[in-house]
Parts: sequence; structure tokens; C-alpha cells
Amino acid sequence: MSRVFPYPLLIASLVTMWLLLTSFSLGQFIVGLAVALVAAQGMAALHPSKPRLRRWDLIGKLVVTVLYDIVRSNIDVARILLQGSRRPNTSGFMTIPLELRDPTALALLAVILTATPGTAWLDYNASRGTLLLHVFDLVDEETWYELIKTRYEHLLMEIFE
Amino acid sequence: MSHIAELPLWASVLVSIFLLIGAGLTLIGSFGFYRLGSFYDRLHAPTLGTSWGAAAILIASMICFSVLQSRPVFHELLIGIFITITTPVTLMLLGRAALYRDRAEGNPEVPAMDPPKGVIEPGAAQE
Repeated sequence: MSRVFPYPLLIASLVTMWLLLTSFSLGQFIVGLAVALVAAQGMAALHPSKPRLRRWDLIGKLVVTVLYDIVRSNIDVARILLQGSRRPNTSGFMTIPLELRDPTALALLAVILTATPGTAWLDYNASRGTLLLHVFDLVDEETWYELIKTRYEHLLMEIFE
Repeated sequence: MSHIAELPLWASVLVSIFLLIGAGLTLIGSFGFYRLGSFYDRLHAPTLGTSWGAAAILIASMICFSVLQSRPVFHELLIGIFITITTPVTLMLLGRAALYRDRAEGNPEVPAMDPPKGVIEPGAAQE
């Protein structure tokens, strides 16, 4: 089973993508599945670390949280930009110690933090587990710390570890 | 194949609202990119365009073509997904390159290589 379908999630995503790009029909499904199976074999030959999802049910919660935060930070950053030079510069660096170690979860956290306006992932020190962020509106460091630790890291750790 | 005139009023209004939001956010992002001074600040401005700037325009496109073709059109979602997962790659590449150079030059505004373990550093807030 796992030899034919080495990456079920990857295969499902590729088939869905194929169907979205062409049309939803049985013929396209078969072609898409064939492409996905070949791609998954190629992926398996690279031997990437296989992520283990422990809590499927929390993924929806993560997606909703992230989408909500992206909307909110879009508004925040747009407001700061529109205030122009009347406003003092409040951006700065901050370092956050992370307990998260799973590479997939870290990659996901990087995508979340970068996709959200206002935070940019700059550097991750793997030996210490510290993350260097650049925050656009660093007025209250504690708020950002809490946001990343409790809102994202905690959830990601529950899902992946 | 311009059938835009066939679009019902409610759909035109929705599409216009989303297009304006998307275009507006992208414009604000580009304006910020132009106005901001430091490199690291400039990393933040374009993300407006790649997050909800793009998303709102894609939603407008989905509504418009779903209504016109009387069937759900979803493949814009793929554009959104690919923008979201590829932006961090370039953004981190640029950010880390700048950080590497600033550290090599000994720029005092940039935090040093290895802060002590488990310490939240006070942000190097600039004036």
C-alpha cells in the first residue's frame, strides 16, 4: 500500500490540482492520478523526512486562525503605511525561543509568519532553537511573543509532535 | 468573449468591492515599499499585495467567472496557494542575505549572531 501510494496527501493534492486545471471528469481523474503517482515515486526517491500529522482535526482551526490574523494584520499594516511619516518608526528585531523542532512544522510556521504582513522570518538557529524575527510594529513585544508562542507554536506542536 | 454586461448587479457590486480592496491593498503596499527607509521595513510592505491584495482579486475573479459560466470556478485557489507558499522563499532569501551582509559589516542596528539561549532580546527599535 505504502509503496504504491507513498505520499497520500501529495497524491490527493496533485489529483485535485489536475482536476481544477482541466475539468472534473473520469478521464481527467485517471490521467491526473497517473501523473500524481509518478510524481510521488519521484518524491519517494528523494527520501524527504516524512511529516506525521497527529491531530487532523486541528488543521481547520489553524487555517481559520491564520486567515483571520492575515486579515487583521493587513488592516494594521495598511493603516501604519497610510499614516506616513507623521508616525514614528516602531519596527525592530526580536528573538523568540521555540520549542518546535519538527522541520515540516517549522516550515509551516515560516510560511505563516511571512505571509502575514507585519512579521518577517529572518533567521532560525537550529542548535538553540531561536528564531529571529523582524516585526513592523514592535510596540509591545509581549503581545507578539504571546501571539507566536500560544497561537501558532502551541497549535503546530499539537498537530505535528 | 466579453460578457461582462451579462453580469447581474449583485455580482458586479461584489466583484467591484473585492477588486477595489485587492487593488487598494496592493497599491498601499507598493506605496509603503517606496516610502519606507530601511531594508527590513521594506520586507513588510509588499506582503500586503501577496496576501489579501492577491486574495481579494482572486475572489473577485472567482465570483465573476462562476456567475458568468454558471458553474463554480475554483482554479484561482491554486494561484493563491502557490503565491502563499512561494513568497516566503524569496522573502527569506532577501532578508537573510541582508542580515548576513549587515552582520559581516558589523552594523550595530542588527542583532548579533548568537543571542543567549532563552532570552527575549529587547528589540533594536530605531529612534
